Amino acid sequence: MLYSAASGSFEPWAVKQMIRFGLGFVLMLSVALTPIHFWLRNAYFLYISCLILIVLVEIIGTVGMGARRWIDLGFVAVQPSEFMKIIVVLALARYFYASQLGDVKRLTHLIIPIVLVSVPVFFIIRQPDLGTALLLIASGVIIFFLAGVRFRVFIFSAIAGIAAIIPVWKYILHDYQKARLMTFLRPDQDLLGSGYHVMQSKIALGSGGITGKGFLAGSQSHLSFLPEMHTDFIFTMLAEEFGFIGGVVLLLLYLSMVIYGFVIALKCKNQFGRLISMGVMNVFFLNYFVNIAMVMGLLPVVGMPLPLVSYGGTSLITHMFGIGLVLCVFVNRDVNLRPGSAEIIS
Amino acid sequence: MHRDVDRYKKFSRRGLFLFGGNIALMSVLIGRMGYLQIFESEKYKTLAEDNRISLKLLSPLRGRILDRKGRPMAINKKNYRAMLLPAKLTSRESVYSEIAKILGLDKQELSRLKKRVLRSSRFSPVVLKENLTWRQVASIEARAIELPGVLVEVGESRYYPDGKISGQIVGYVSSVSDKDNVKGPLKRLPGFKVGRAGVEKVYDAALRGKEGARQIEVNAFGQEIRELSRKVGDPGNEVWLTVDKELQRFTTNRLKSQSASAVVIDVHTGEVLALVSTPGFDPNVFSRGLSHEEWKKITSDPMFPLHNKAISGQYAPGSAFKMIVALAALKNKVISPRTKIYCNGEFELGEKLFYCWKKDGHGTMDLHNAISQSCDCYFYEVALKTGIDRIGAIAQDLGLGQLFDFELPGEKKGLIPSKIWKKKQGKLWHPGETLQAGIGQGFVLATPLQLAVMTARLVNGGKAIVPQITKTIRSSVDSNQFKSVKEAPIISSLNQAHLELIVKAMGAVTNSPSGTAYKTSSKLPGLAFGGKTGTVQVRRISEEERETGVLKNTELEWHERDHAIFVGFSPLTQPRYAVSVIVEHGGSGSAIAAPVARDILFEVKRRYIKRNMVAID
Repeated sequence: MLYSAASGSFEPWAVKQMIRFGLGFVLMLSVALTPIHFWLRNAYFLYISCLILIVLVEIIGTVGMGARRWIDLGFVAVQPSEFMKIIVVLALARYFYASQLGDVKRLTHLIIPIVLVSVPVFFIIRQPDLGTALLLIASGVIIFFLAGVRFRVFIFSAIAGIAAIIPVWKYILHDYQKARLMTFLRPDQDLLGSGYHVMQSKIALGSGGITGKGFLAGSQSHLSFLPEMHTDFIFTMLAEEFGFIGGVVLLLLYLSMVIYGFVIALKCKNQFGRLISMGVMNVFFLNYFVNIAMVMGLLPVVGMPLPLVSYGGTSLITHMFGIGLVLCVFVNRDVNLRPGSAEIIS
Repeated sequence: MHRDVDRYKKFSRRGLFLFGGNIALMSVLIGRMGYLQIFESEKYKTLAEDNRISLKLLSPLRGRILDRKGRPMAINKKNYRAMLLPAKLTSRESVYSEIAKILGLDKQELSRLKKRVLRSSRFSPVVLKENLTWRQVASIEARAIELPGVLVEVGESRYYPDGKISGQIVGYVSSVSDKDNVKGPLKRLPGFKVGRAGVEKVYDAALRGKEGARQIEVNAFGQEIRELSRKVGDPGNEVWLTVDKELQRFTTNRLKSQSASAVVIDVHTGEVLALVSTPGFDPNVFSRGLSHEEWKKITSDPMFPLHNKAISGQYAPGSAFKMIVALAALKNKVISPRTKIYCNGEFELGEKLFYCWKKDGHGTMDLHNAISQSCDCYFYEVALKTGIDRIGAIAQDLGLGQLFDFELPGEKKGLIPSKIWKKKQGKLWHPGETLQAGIGQGFVLATPLQLAVMTARLVNGGKAIVPQITKTIRSSVDSNQFKSVKEAPIISSLNQAHLELIVKAMGAVTNSPSGTAYKTSSKLPGLAFGGKTGTVQVRRISEEERETGVLKNTELEWHERDHAIFVGFSPLTQPRYAVSVIVEHGGSGSAIAAPVARDILFEVKRRYIKRNMVAID
């Protein structure tokens, strides 16, 4: 697909991405073959490291596409907020693996995991990257949900959250902040900007029809009507060139991965593995759902790459790492992790 | 372990719940995709094609203008123009200064150019200059590397091989402006021109042709990717004129640099063989686009080169009007051919004296001599007895005071006064004004074209011919015959016997020793011609001046000198061609206009009549 996005050329994207995929694949296998105890023990360490990176973005990050998201490590620019999507799952799984249903019912037990989610969310919002921040919250909610937090807690927080919007909107936010939020929430009002993108994206999708225009023959994509076709809008190009059939095939492939994660979670004998497997796959699902819904004009445009397809090292590595974790869970499905196994060595 | 089982159960339930959610959202995606790609596919396909394909028009080739023998008067010539593609312009200032040097642009032109470049889209080329010289093309090509974005393109531009000779007839073309009523995208086509004057303007629609089109694939920036199809347009129709461009050239050269005009017309068909107004203008200057100074020079010329005097110059016809007065008098039986009037050099009306051009008078005059010697007193008396309205009626019949719907822009009506016309001005007609009209002065006005038509109608046996300048308009591929000229109807108010008398008297003007233009007559056999002189006063001569002696033309300022007029025809028997010549402020008709008319008639005869005579011999 990246080959097509570069108009039938491996440069500048396809070759780089293939190298990254190779690296990611090695990483995935290494992660899969690492004993699960390692991940259990180092979950908080990884979380702290990633958080430091996010804070560093705030201080020394480079600005790209109107937001400060990247951190330049000299040889490669990374986007720590992408990593956080998986790491936060890992950290929450680490926290909840030993929790009993009784513990989870106590609200005090939830203070630490809420902090674990809100600190990175706070910094990511400041970048500003509302999309990733919301996704992070969603990931947190999913783990809470799987860990057995009671339904009414979710309902109450949802009501409280909505109720909080009005006073915060009215009394706390400055006008310029409101304006910024509005553009976040309603990008389609900006017709010359993202509104144009979505329109062109819909034209590309629709004109692809059932069978598509053929590989390398997407007129919308190749004549530059489609913006960002190698990153956020790559699904559009795929659906333009391969049509409805191509799009459905990709979605089914994604679905099979989600099913795979679900099956692994059910087979796994330890709660840590279950939470990771389901958590990672749901993060994965959320990512592609948001991306595809966005290019189809169902959701507002937020910078969100398509997992495993879009150009971009961080996103690819993140998802490969996530899949590696799921495979690791599969490898260690029969390991029993008693409460306290994390503390014994660390 | 019991608790772990509970936990596992709860996890499984909730996992399944989430999974269900996943499936549901997934279905939403597939549903949406199906809606867009299957149900609304057609709509989006059209939109995508609209995005992708852009229609570019191709300028049609403008039709040629040819003379009566098919010789070109306006053609299309390869034209090298310098273009600038803003997208490729990298080092702006250095390119601009280089270009200004090569093309010889001044500061003002350069800043106008910069503005045009800024306003245009990045991928549509801007014309820097048209009609480059070979030197300029070579310098641009040689320095292509230093001039990113500058390219040389070959186009077609209008060229008039005769330059000044026929500028007044063919007119010129120029680029479309916002004021023009050109519909559609044609107006934005580089190189598309519209007719601005002359035949180019009148037959613009026929000459224009039908535009072709190219379908090209463009990207989101409008940049051309490739051509999908091309349909060449139809070239414009060819306009064949009745003009003989060599005769036109001869006539123009014969008039030299005087402010003058001449019309040569076929007396039986009304075809105009030459229509000259000097000084002329070179239409090529307009078609390449003229500078502010050139424009100023043309418009401030006191001889009005842009003004086609042959059809829009209105002059008092002077003595050339006397034939009309004579015909009106004969028709209304005011006089007979034998009626004699005594001329002593002046004519008294009330307390006012009217003078004959011959100070001491002509003595006893009959109609024949009054015309050939152009006696004013004779016509004062005849005009007074005939009355202005009866004179006017004949003038109208002979083509004065009216429009012919002539095929060139700017035709003027002239003026044949009448009592009703004067009343409309809120004034009463004065008998003295009839006297003035009797010698073609006062209110009477006619254009050179009208005078040529008048002469033609006098000598062709009274046929109401109408002047025309186009033979046919046809597409360059078909070879339809020229339209057949309909025989003009005989003017019913005219009496053939009267006409013969007049033509005979006009013959005497040049051939009788007492005729006003006897000096210009030809002693060569077969070249005899007839005509009538006219000398038109443009100033008022006071009584004091008459006593001290009227100033000669050479003693006056140019603009105060008399207009010299001559209307003529050839051959003397069975005339075929008529000519009218007016030299503004030239002096006397006999000395200035008559020799010009004679030379033109000789040339016509040499070109057309002699050959036929040889054939008959």
